[in-house]
Amino acid sequence: MPDDIKTDDIKPARQGAAKPQPAADAQCPVDDWATDYDVMDAGYTRDPGPVWDELRERCPVAHTTRWGGSFMPTRYNDIQELAKMVPTLSSRTVTVIPPDPDLREELIAELKAYGTENPPITADPPEHSPFKRLILPFFSPRAVAGYTQMTENLCNSLLDQLEGRETCDGAVEYAQQIPPRVIAFILGIDMARADEFTEWTRELLELGQTQPRLRQEARHKIRDFFFEEIADRRANRREDVISQLVDAEVEGEKLSDQKIAGICNLLLVAGIDTTWSSIGSALYHFSTHADDRRRIAAEPDLLPTAVEELLRFYSPVTMARKVMEEIEFQGAEMKPGDKVLMTFPAANRDPSVFDRPNEVVIDRQQNRHIAFGTGIHRCAGSNLARMELQVALRLWFERFPDFELTSEDGVTWAGGQVRGPRNVPIRLLV
Amino acid sequence: MRIRVNPNLCQGHNRCFSLAPELFEVDEFGLATAVNDGQVPPGMEEKAQLCIDNCPEFAISVIDEPQ
Repeated sequence: MPDDIKTDDIKPARQGAAKPQPAADAQCPVDDWATDYDVMDAGYTRDPGPVWDELRERCPVAHTTRWGGSFMPTRYNDIQELAKMVPTLSSRTVTVIPPDPDLREELIAELKAYGTENPPITADPPEHSPFKRLILPFFSPRAVAGYTQMTENLCNSLLDQLEGRETCDGAVEYAQQIPPRVIAFILGIDMARADEFTEWTRELLELGQTQPRLRQEARHKIRDFFFEEIADRRANRREDVISQLVDAEVEGEKLSDQKIAGICNLLLVAGIDTTWSSIGSALYHFSTHADDRRRIAAEPDLLPTAVEELLRFYSPVTMARKVMEEIEFQGAEMKPGDKVLMTFPAANRDPSVFDRPNEVVIDRQQNRHIAFGTGIHRCAGSNLARMELQVALRLWFERFPDFELTSEDGVTWAGGQVRGPRNVPIRLLV
Repeated sequence: MRIRVNPNLCQGHNRCFSLAPELFEVDEFGLATAVNDGQVPPGMEEKAQLCIDNCPEFAISVIDEPQ
């Protein structure tokens, strides 16, 4: 999931339209969630379920002027429909919090120097499909099976470091450590720099949401890093994804460095804090729900089913779309340039689709969740994310079947584009 | 029972393949097709129904009901 911009998306805000004002947007409490929701509100980030329940009944498409303004659908069927309304709802900008218009001139200069597209996630048809088909084979079930052994070794070495400890931070010391190393392995970049990759991703997708300058710098660091990697592969091919992209053709043409860097940027950042959030949410859940924890410890074969339910309940990712032509949808009047949130996490709590939606039913069988989105922009890395979640949890349970949260106050949540716990203090029981 | 994956709807989530690799195969893009021309072996009807009920794209359907 990139931080994407195209030239006409950083024109000064439409007359009368809101622009993000981090200080003001963040400080004013919400009175009415239907007309003034705040996706960065701390209480909403911690527990968004009650807000979605209220909005589903009242609106069901809410609107806000905060953070540049957006619409928020909350019903499963609506989000299914909106996600497929292509290209009326365009993926040219997919970030929940838009770039700061005050940085417009710099962003245009950056666009020329670096390119800011990240296909296929920022592409609409007909450009979308060839790029999606380019990256999907890296994440097919067969390809992902080839990454399993490496992931198991990684998880075991992380768990070795927790042996003998009484407490640990499940998010920082385990969940966070896994995805950057797995994707580095796949891309063929230096796994020893995993902490840097995580830092860049957080600056881009988490901290950068309210600090535009930080986000911009992260974008530069990532592009510069990949430009060097691409130059290296052009000189010396290896058995890795970057080398394959150097040789790849789309519509009969080789890809520019800018395009390859854009794809690599997407592949690097999209799988880091998303999967980290999911593994962290799962550890948070099991450390606060002893019945579910005991059940998985006793029935590890239930884990694939449980993983789907955890993905439903703790869905990390919200995307956005840009309205390209005027439409009315469920009473909401959407105009060109407006933003619509793809609130997949809210869809997954819709009581008309899911029985007991606000509970984790750890053995839920019928679970048509859309945590990985729906339609043509279905997450390309979904098989990889599932494998990482299953391996990380299976090996954790083999090593530490008994554990609990040390303190709810110690749990911190990130939100906006990607929701998940950034700290999960755990007591390891023996 | 006979089932079919609509290739125009499948987006390669692979939920069906994960639940019932006996009933589906997927290509390098993750796109699924029902094996054996969609014929569900006796005793696997419930599993097939589970795949239908878990597809995020509503892409799987029954084309011949169980006898």
